[in-house]
Parts: sequence; structure tokens; C-alpha cells
Amino acid sequence: MTSETLVPFEDVLAAYDPALGLEVHVELNTATKMFCGCPAVFGGEPNTQVCPTCLGLPGAMPVVNGKAVESAIRIGLALNCDIAEWCRFARKNYFYPDMPKNFQTSQYDEPIAFNGYMDVTLPDEGGDGETFRVEIERAHMEEDTGKSTHVGGSTGRIHGADYSLVDYNRAGIPLIEIVTRPILGAGEKAPAVARAYVSQLRDLIVALGVSEARMDQGNLRADVNLSLSPKGSGTLGTRTETKNVNSFRSVERAVRFEMQRHAAILDAGQAIFQETRHWHEDTGITTAGRPKSDADDYRYFPEPDLVPVAPSREWVEELRGTLPENPVLRRARLQESWGYTDLEMRDVVAAGVMGEIEQTVAAGASPQAARKWWLSELSRRANDAGVEITDLGVTPAQVAAVQALVDAGTVNDKLARQVFDGLLAGEGTPEEIVEKRGLAVVSDEGALSAAVDKAIAENPDVADKIRDGKVAAAGALIGAVMKEMRGQADAGRVRELVLEKLT
Amino acid sequence: MTAVVRWTRATAAGMAEALERGETTSVELTRAALRMTEMVDGAVHAYLHVDAEGALAQAAASDARRAAGAPLHALDGVPIAVKDVLTTTGLPTTCGSKILEGWIPPYDATVVARLKAAGLPILGKTNMDEFAMGSSTEHSAYGPTRNPWDLERIPGGSGGGSAAAVASFQAPLALGTDTGGSIRQPGAVTGTVGVKPTYGGVSRYGLVAMANSLDQVGPVTRTVLDAALLHELIGGHDPRDSTSIDQPLPGLVAAARQGAAGDLTGLRVGVIRELQGEGYQAGVLARFQESLELLTKAGAEVVEVSCPSFVHALATYYLVMPCEASSNLAKFDAMRYGLRVLPEGVDSPSAEEVMRATRDAGFGDEVKRRIILGTYALSSGYYDAYYGTAQRVRTLISRDFEAAFGQVDVLVSPTAPTTAFKLGEKLDDPLAMYLNDLATIPANLAGVPGISLPSGLADEDGLPAGFQVLAPAMADDRLYRVGAALEAALEERWGGPLLDKAPALEGGSK
Ligand SMILES: [Zn+2]
Repeated sequence: MTSETLVPFEDVLAAYDPALGLEVHVELNTATKMFCGCPAVFGGEPNTQVCPTCLGLPGAMPVVNGKAVESAIRIGLALNCDIAEWCRFARKNYFYPDMPKNFQTSQYDEPIAFNGYMDVTLPDEGGDGETFRVEIERAHMEEDTGKSTHVGGSTGRIHGADYSLVDYNRAGIPLIEIVTRPILGAGEKAPAVARAYVSQLRDLIVALGVSEARMDQGNLRADVNLSLSPKGSGTLGTRTETKNVNSFRSVERAVRFEMQRHAAILDAGQAIFQETRHWHEDTGITTAGRPKSDADDYRYFPEPDLVPVAPSREWVEELRGTLPENPVLRRARLQESWGYTDLEMRDVVAAGVMGEIEQTVAAGASPQAARKWWLSELSRRANDAGVEITDLGVTPAQVAAVQALVDAGTVNDKLARQVFDGLLAGEGTPEEIVEKRGLAVVSDEGALSAAVDKAIAENPDVADKIRDGKVAAAGALIGAVMKEMRGQADAGRVRELVLEKLT
Repeated sequence: MTAVVRWTRATAAGMAEALERGETTSVELTRAALRMTEMVDGAVHAYLHVDAEGALAQAAASDARRAAGAPLHALDGVPIAVKDVLTTTGLPTTCGSKILEGWIPPYDATVVARLKAAGLPILGKTNMDEFAMGSSTEHSAYGPTRNPWDLERIPGGSGGGSAAAVASFQAPLALGTDTGGSIRQPGAVTGTVGVKPTYGGVSRYGLVAMANSLDQVGPVTRTVLDAALLHELIGGHDPRDSTSIDQPLPGLVAAARQGAAGDLTGLRVGVIRELQGEGYQAGVLARFQESLELLTKAGAEVVEVSCPSFVHALATYYLVMPCEASSNLAKFDAMRYGLRVLPEGVDSPSAEEVMRATRDAGFGDEVKRRIILGTYALSSGYYDAYYGTAQRVRTLISRDFEAAFGQVDVLVSPTAPTTAFKLGEKLDDPLAMYLNDLATIPANLAGVPGISLPSGLADEDGLPAGFQVLAPAMADDRLYRVGAALEAALEERWGGPLLDKAPALEGGSK
């Protein structure tokens, strides 16, 4: 049996219960690294943001970044976790060239935050808005590794490569790893739960302001654990861990794919091999990574070069006061102020653009206009490009600026779409794009009037209908005028002119 | 007396005074030290690397400062040797291992930076057991150091190079590191003074760690006062070392000067019952008893105290230390610096194969032994039984110290159970080698400070024995007060420093 053999999704659910587990790594946006004073910046010339500590040079020692601890506590509080009164870092020992010390300074059995939950809202066609509680086992602090680039070979993976390059700029950048408890009982909604959890976790991280949280940049990386057990058995099956799934949509697809793949193997009476899996964005499948057993022995022990982290209760409460609004309350508040129906609001939440709409409205657009652009035009474009809408590259301020041009009658909705083309192509501000592309609506009454006269002359039967009082027929003439004007006319004004001339 | 002899036999405090009075220059002191090295170090092998040029340049700069009336510190211009486990910009740092051969660190250890900031010329880097693992300096990948008292004998370890450099007058001062006794035991067997400060009292930043929770940097000198001067210079809080204590040091030099006056009235001294008797050489115990009598004579009250958990100290140490060491030494993998060995008969070796070949060729047997011990003890399923249990025993040992310091001001014992043994004698018997540190290890496990100073020569072999004083954490001043008082009483009895009784070395003169 190959891994490509799949069972139809409905058949999976008839025979099996899925158990999900999600591990999300969040790269913090602190100014400096976790244990040294190097700038924690993404990119840059390789191996320039390094020092003896993050290069693991003999004799160098770590010092904990207090800002990273603060961010970890705020994330923990926002996830309804308990915050440890006393916890330590631990060494996770294994050899790999992108890890300068050959151990990762992480946390093991004493995480900074533990025992929390997040209520996620599922998109639900036509039904009630459903929330699903995802329990959080822990959130802990650790350092990132360096980044290996494998050169030669076809896959870009280490196997088959001619040589490898390592950039330690990323080594030591603070990470928070957020681990869920096994998510049971999601059934057919398992893929959607996984997606909604990662998406809403990202919203939370953005609201906290602790990370850039861009999945396409690797600031937020999700590992998806999945297992199946015979329906109703109440047991946990053997799991696979699909690493570095880097979009919400892929999280959903990866869960679905693994469910179907597991079921095919189990249906054939075979056993799931416990391993990591690689996700392939282009083909939407996973392939085998390395074996992973529960007995993987990292020889954890407390990091002796660091003193315990013991956040005072006063500090924790002070940080609790800095948390963004409770997501459920925030949603209700925004829905009321925007005047959206329940259905409209649910679509907005499901699309993960609540924050974007809030910012767009704040920048001056009406709630309905903001919703229109984010849910239709920009969602479609993100889908076509295969990226998250928040990674599309259009900002709320730009959306508001485009809508302002519409409101001023400078462009109509159709021309506005071309302004978005220009924005995505990096052609400048919306105003500049209108100028450069010559997109402004023609407001020259003479030209418009001539075009209307031409349309009437070319469509005498339609004109007669309107003269007979069938005003609804005006649409055909308006369409002809808009075509003549290559869309650069205000359709409302055209309608007025048609009616003026014929009634 | 030649200038070389005159200036190499002076104490660091004496040199500092002579510089102050304009009787000599830093260049003259540094030249004398380097000349002594030329004469005797072929036989002793205290140094792995001598930096004559660098030391003389620093000495000249010191003299210029002094001429301008602006010395940086009381020890400005007094030369010093540094154990090769401390990083030094521009000077090799090998830790006595082949795996770091040729590595030149791009940064200074904090203690080295403090020496430089105070103007002490750095003579060179001293020999040591590989990664500080050993009690004889025979585990150096670059050949053993020999004991200046008898070149057929070991100078102790792991800091045999620093102790031998000071004992053979190649340097008035040296830095050592002490994880289980690596400053104090070499001090005992070479007739010199060595101090392990309170854990956290001296920065470990730039000390290539063997066991991070046990390691401390400390002074290696010929007198108690010199040790206090050096300790005050290198000690104090360092923000780069999270385990460094953010409290001012007690006055160490003042305590040494006070102690040298010889009055210990009211001081309570506890003799540790578990650190004497079986396994201790008769001559070592005899000198220990004499020292106790001198303390009593100086006004101290000497009582016996029991620290029952100390009998488990050695076993505890040999779990904690290898666990930490096995992880610390993982970084030596040929990927970024140091030795790189390509496996034989492999056309296009993988990173893993290069790591394996390099670590096989680059580490000596004792290092491999401890890596294997530590890796095993930390393995899943064994962690609680070994590392976990060891940590609990560590707590018991700390409690024994606390209880004892509730009764007495300082605790005392012989530093090492025997005088220096012959080179090769214990090389094939690791357990016998480990027993040398029986009396020094408890202080490391509990983080308390300790000093070793010479107590005299054992009758049966005429070799130096050491007297150890231990104090509560951050009460390092007590070591200096008691040490200086005992040193003064002993030197009065001997008619001068013990090292005056050492035989002349080939090439060296008395
Ligand atoms: Zn750094």
C-alpha cells in the first residue's frame, strides 16, 4: 500500500474517530535574541547577527531575555493558562549542525504556562455558529535553531545534497511553542477545527503584538499531529506529525489528507508508522519524514547556566491588565458597531479578517464597504494566489483609501479592482495608480451624453421600451454606455442621463 | 642574588609595593618571569603557550601608565598566568584537548578582561587535564606537567599547570578553575595556595565549562594575601553570567591582613569527622594535627563536627559532573571551529560521519569515559535514578554544611588524602584517581568557598601536604582570615615560606 492510497473522507468518518494535536511555534518580535544581545531580525547577510553566545562558542553563557518572558506570560494568559510561579529552562540534547551547542535551550517539564484553552469559532454553512474548545497543554519558551540550506540534489532536503550551508542569524531567536492536548470529538470538523484554531491563534498573537506572526515568513509554524482510532473505541491510535505546515488552508488540507491516508492503511489491516511527515503545498500531500518514537531520547536536564524564572504574582497580574479584549466580547462589540447580521459576521470571522476590517473602518471606510472588499475581492485574490489573505500584501489603510476614491466618485467598483491590481504590482498609492493607469471615471458630461445618444441610436427597440415606461430595460443601455466608456464612467450618472433623455 | 631570582621569588604583594616605590618596573618583573620559564619549563611543562611578546607589551604599557602617575590597580604591572580553560582574545585556548588545537577565541573571559583592565601582563596559558578532567594533569593531550618538588611526580590536577607555574616561580599569580578540587588539590601537592570562591562569586563567562553547576574560577598563588588581592580583582557580579551573585564581596584583603596578625580569639573551627582517618596518609594527618594546634594557640576553639552525607559526595559528584559535561562537550563537532577529522575510506562523508571521526580522534580516554557516563545517566529511564538522586543528595550535603555552620565559623580538613603520587601511578585506575578529590568535592556540590594552604612536608616522603578551610557561601573573608593566621604561624615555625625547602630545579637557581 502506498501513502497515496486514500479513503473518501465520508468513509473515514464512518469507521474512525480522529484525534488532533497541534504544536505551533511563534517567533517573538523582541529586539534581541532569547539568550544574548544580538538583534532578533529575520534575514540579513548570513552569519552577521551572531555573537559567542548564539554561536555556542566554548565558554559563552546565556542570559534570559526578560521581554521574551513577558511575551510568553502574556500569550499564556491570553490562552487562559496558569503561569508557573517557578520554572526552569532545560537542555534538549541532540546533534545537528544548525544547532551550535548541539543542545537546544528549551523548557521541558516546567513550562512557563500550562493548562489553558481557546474557544474557536467554526465557519458553518447555514447552521449555528459553533464554538469548539481546544485545550492547551502548555506554552513554553525556547530558542530557534540556525537555518540550513541544502545545496545540490533535487529536493532541497539534506538527503542527496552536495553540501549544506548554515546561517546562524536565526539561532537563538525567541520562540514560544504552544501545544494542545489531544483534540477529540471533532469528527468531520477536525480539518476545520485545526484551521480555525491556527487562524484564531494567529489573530490572538497579532492582537498581543508579540510577533509578526506571518506564516509565509515562518514567524508562525504549525506541526499537525493526527491519529485515527476505531469509531467509538475511545482509544488513541498511532500518530503522525506533519511538520511546518505554513498556511491556514494547508493546515486544513493536511489534516484531511492524513485522515484519508491513515484510514486507507488501517482499512488494509496495516499499522500506522509513527513518523514525521513533510507537507507538499503544490500537490497537497504528505510524504514520509523521519521515524519518531516516543522513546526519542533528548536527555533533558535543567540548564545549569540559567537561574530559574520566577515571575512575581504582581507582575503576572500587571501583564494580565495589558491583554487585548476577550475575543468573544470583542466580536460581539464589533458586530454591533458594524451592524452586521450574524451570518455576515460569521463569514468575516471564518475568513480571518475581523482585525483587517476593524482597521479598515478605523481608516475611514464604511463597515459594509470594508466587508465587501475583504470578503469578495481580496479573498478571491488570496485564494487564486494560494496565500493567506493577511499575507496578500494589501493593507487595511490601502483598502480604505481605495474605498475613499469610490466614495468620491473618482473610480467605480470595477475600476477599483484595477487599483488593487496596481497595489499588488507595487505601483504606488491608490491615487498614484489611478493617475498612472488613467482609471478615473469620465465625468465629462459632453462625452457621456454623446455616448448615451449613441447607445440609444444603436438600440432603438430598447429605447422604445423605456419610453413605454419599462424603466428596468435601462440596464441594457447603461451596459452599452459603460462598454463604450471602457468602464470609466459613473453608472449612476449614466442611468440618470438615459432616463432624462427617454422619459 | 640575580635579578631573575630576586624578582621571581617575590610575592605579588611584594612586587606591587616595589612597583609603587619605583624599585622595579613591570617590564623587569615580566622579563624575570619569562626568563625563569625559559630556564625551568622544559622540565616542568607548566605552560601550553607562552606569550612573551604580548606580556612584555602589556608590561611596557603598565610602566608608561605608572610613569604618568595613573596605575589602574594595586596589581597593575604584576604578571600572571592563566589556565588554558579560560578564553583569551588572540591567544590559543585548547583546554588541554586536541579537539581545540589551534582555536583562538574572539573574546575574553570576564576574568581575563578584568585582569587586562587592571593592567596585569598575561604571561601565557597553563597546562591542565583535558577539559579539566583529572587530578594529575596527566590527561592533558599535550603531555603532563611535573611537580617542581619532584619531577617524577604529578602536580595535581586539573590545574597542575597553574600550580606548578607558581610553585616553580615562573609566575607570582595564576588563575585556576575548581570543579571538584582542581585549584585546591594542586595547591596542596605543590605547596602553594589555592582558593575556590563561593559559587557565583566570580564570573564563569568565558570559562569553558566542564560542569556548570560546580565550576568556579579562583586564585592560585604562593601566599594567602596574594590570593586575596587576586580574588578581589576577579570577583564580583557579572551580568553575562546569570549565576553570578549580585552582592558586594566581603573585604578579602582586609581579612587576610587582619588574620596575619595572628589573633583568632573567639573563632570556632570545626574538624569534619568524615574527612580524615582511613585513606589519609599518616604524614598528611600529622601536619593537619599540627595546624590545628597552631589554630588553638592563636585563640581558636577547635571542635569536631559530623557531616554524615559527605560520604556520598564522591558518588554524587561523579553523576552530576559527567551529566553536565556530556552535554557541554557536544558542541565540539568539527562544524564551526577546532579540529576536523575526515573519516578514512569514506568518499563524501556526511556531517554526522565527520562529527564521529573528529570526536573519536579529538577526545582523550578520560573525556570519553565521562561523556559516556553522563550520556548514560541522563538517558530516559535512568534520569531519576541517577541525576535526580544525585541532586537530592546534593541538597543533603548542603544541609550538612548549614547545620555545621550553625555550630562553627569555618570547617577544616586535609585538602587531599595524600601527597603527590608518581606520574603514571594511577593513570589506569580511574577510581583511585577520583579519590584524590574526596575532601574537596563537598564544597563544590554545596557552592561554598574553600582555601588550601601548605601545612608542611609529610615525614614519609618530604612532600607538601595541604590544609583546607571551608566557609559559608559569601563568607569568603573567613578563609582569608584563618588562612593568613595559620600561614603566619607555620612560616614562623618553618623560618620562611615552605617553598624555600623545595629542591632547586635544573637550570633554575636558588
Ligand atoms: Zn548572539
